[in-house]
Amino acid sequence: MKRNNSEELKEIVLESGIKVKPVYGPEDTKDLNYEEKIGRPGEYPFTRGIHPLMYRKRPWTMRQYSGFGTSKETNERFKWLLEQGQTALNVAFDLPTQLGLDSDDPFGEEEVGRVGMAIDTLEDMEEAFSGIQIDEISTSLTINPVASVLLAMYLVVAEKQRVSWDQVRGTTQNDILKEYIGRGTWIFPVEPSIRLIGDMVEFCSRNVPKFNPFSVCGYHIRESGATPIQEMAYAFQIAITYIQEVLRRGLKIDNFAGRIAFNFDIHGNIWEQVAKFRAGRRLWAKIIKERFGAKNPRSMTLRMIAGGGGGGLTVQQPENNIVRGAYYALISALSGTQTMALCSYDEAYTIPSKKAALLSLRTMQILADEMGLRDTVDPLGGSYYIEWLTDEMDKKIVECMEKVDTLGGMIKAVKEGHIQREVSRQAYLREKKIQSGEITKIGVNKYIAAEETADIELHPFDPSVAEEQKRKLKEIKARRDADQVKQALGELKKAALTNENVMPHMLRAVKRYATLGEITRIFKEVFGEFEEPKGL
Amino acid sequence: MNVIKTPGEKRIRVVIAKPGLDGHDMGAKVVALALKDAGMEVIYTGLHRTIEEIVKTALEEDVDVIGMSIYSGAHLSLTKKLMDQLKEKRLTDKLVLVGGNIPQRDIAKLKEYGVDGVFPVGSKLDDIVDFIKKRMKD
Repeated sequence: MKRNNSEELKEIVLESGIKVKPVYGPEDTKDLNYEEKIGRPGEYPFTRGIHPLMYRKRPWTMRQYSGFGTSKETNERFKWLLEQGQTALNVAFDLPTQLGLDSDDPFGEEEVGRVGMAIDTLEDMEEAFSGIQIDEISTSLTINPVASVLLAMYLVVAEKQRVSWDQVRGTTQNDILKEYIGRGTWIFPVEPSIRLIGDMVEFCSRNVPKFNPFSVCGYHIRESGATPIQEMAYAFQIAITYIQEVLRRGLKIDNFAGRIAFNFDIHGNIWEQVAKFRAGRRLWAKIIKERFGAKNPRSMTLRMIAGGGGGGLTVQQPENNIVRGAYYALISALSGTQTMALCSYDEAYTIPSKKAALLSLRTMQILADEMGLRDTVDPLGGSYYIEWLTDEMDKKIVECMEKVDTLGGMIKAVKEGHIQREVSRQAYLREKKIQSGEITKIGVNKYIAAEETADIELHPFDPSVAEEQKRKLKEIKARRDADQVKQALGELKKAALTNENVMPHMLRAVKRYATLGEITRIFKEVFGEFEEPKGL
Repeated sequence: MNVIKTPGEKRIRVVIAKPGLDGHDMGAKVVALALKDAGMEVIYTGLHRTIEEIVKTALEEDVDVIGMSIYSGAHLSLTKKLMDQLKEKRLTDKLVLVGGNIPQRDIAKLKEYGVDGVFPVGSKLDDIVDFIKKRMKD
């Protein structure tokens, strides 16, 4: 008797819970109507990409996350990255800045300049971009609860460079809902935080039309333990929440949907990630067109930065992360991303050294210029497996989004901690699978080195940054017109208390060198602070 | 021999704490869930706690174990502060664990401060559970 082949094969189940067959053929894609489900690149439903010619016309934007110490040091690193061929900036701020604390706040002690650059006033922002022409680059500011303050500072710097706001390109991350789920830089309660996002979208749609006022981050949700399905589903539910906030103000979907950006993760199974992005593009286009009635095709396009992959990197055998990074970049390119950033091999330890950051940039450049990734659009399109998997992922993402609806929508689900608990549970399950060997991680549970030698050169932390920042802050406070600052802060508070858009007042306050901490305190007084839901 | 808990046997009480500004809470939550699965009572502080708040929780909740998770790189000073305050409050009987993004070279220093166990990224969950159980028995 012949033995049954399928019995001998180990079952393959993706993180998304989808079972993979050993072979796929035309029978698996026979129900997929090309025009309806796939279509040509640049055309609805954008499964194959949001532009007709994609990388054939222009490679993806390369935007390594960087920033540390003082704005002066960060400025030097920015210039160096641009000289090395990086095409945009991705700014990292230190934790006190991300949480709206000035560098002299005792709670931020030991954290000033550690994981990004320290910003206290407009002057720091001016220094960070000194000698960099703002209209020649696009800048992503990784900042969330106080995004409105940093955007205001950036716009004033542009103004001082005589760059008109309609020429300012970039993104503020400004996705507060994902901060409550993962990453954790939240300050204010949910509703007022979303109101601030609405204020920024409204302001930018009228005054800074080439700027993306928020970038929804499935990335950090995935990094906190979510499956690829949850990454997309939660991100879409978050984006929908922000859209509803903006529509409530009377803006039309086509006024701002084309400026919605996404940030996604790329570690894990290569085919699952590629299918995730293809399904995501199709689903997002459908949501914007059918649910929100957009007419402009640009509104329907899922524009994304796909990269990072920190969750896939390992502390063990750190050089292996160089290889992982290259594969992650490949995933990202095969997925049709607009912008790419890679975690560097030393990021399981600390922020990247210069050497590691350059290697990440070169990884992307090699892929773009040597390997043929730009030759043709969506080279995996039409593959029986990829098209089948794209459709399966699509269905699963929809199911997961429906679960959020039954919880009463994203705001309620986050306030009550449902999403946080679900993501933690997934993280725990995944960690148990890694520890049992069910999920293989080379160097962690397979091919373990007898002795770990982590003798890679790491980015050093400079504790003198805090002193330098404090000195500067004191000097600015002595130099600025205190009455003018007080008056601007008073106006800002008044706007915060009513429904008035805070942005014009914010711009005035930062121009008068009000500090980030002073502005945040005003908002804390008016809005209060977020309280984490109890229970695990 | 005796696997059934005698009525008088107290469950091990643990506080898992996130001090300072660092928002990486996946490690803390995963460890908390593992300790819960192992039968311990776990109190999670949530993010952005001061050392004073953590000590207060430890005192009020009458915990046996304090586990602190730090990923930002500020583990040395935060831990020093915790140990100083525990000494001040005469809470030196607590078992103290530190986890997170802790480089090898800092482990000895943390132990010097009085930390009982250091479990950097990549540590086995079972090892953490076993360590607590063993030390609590001693």
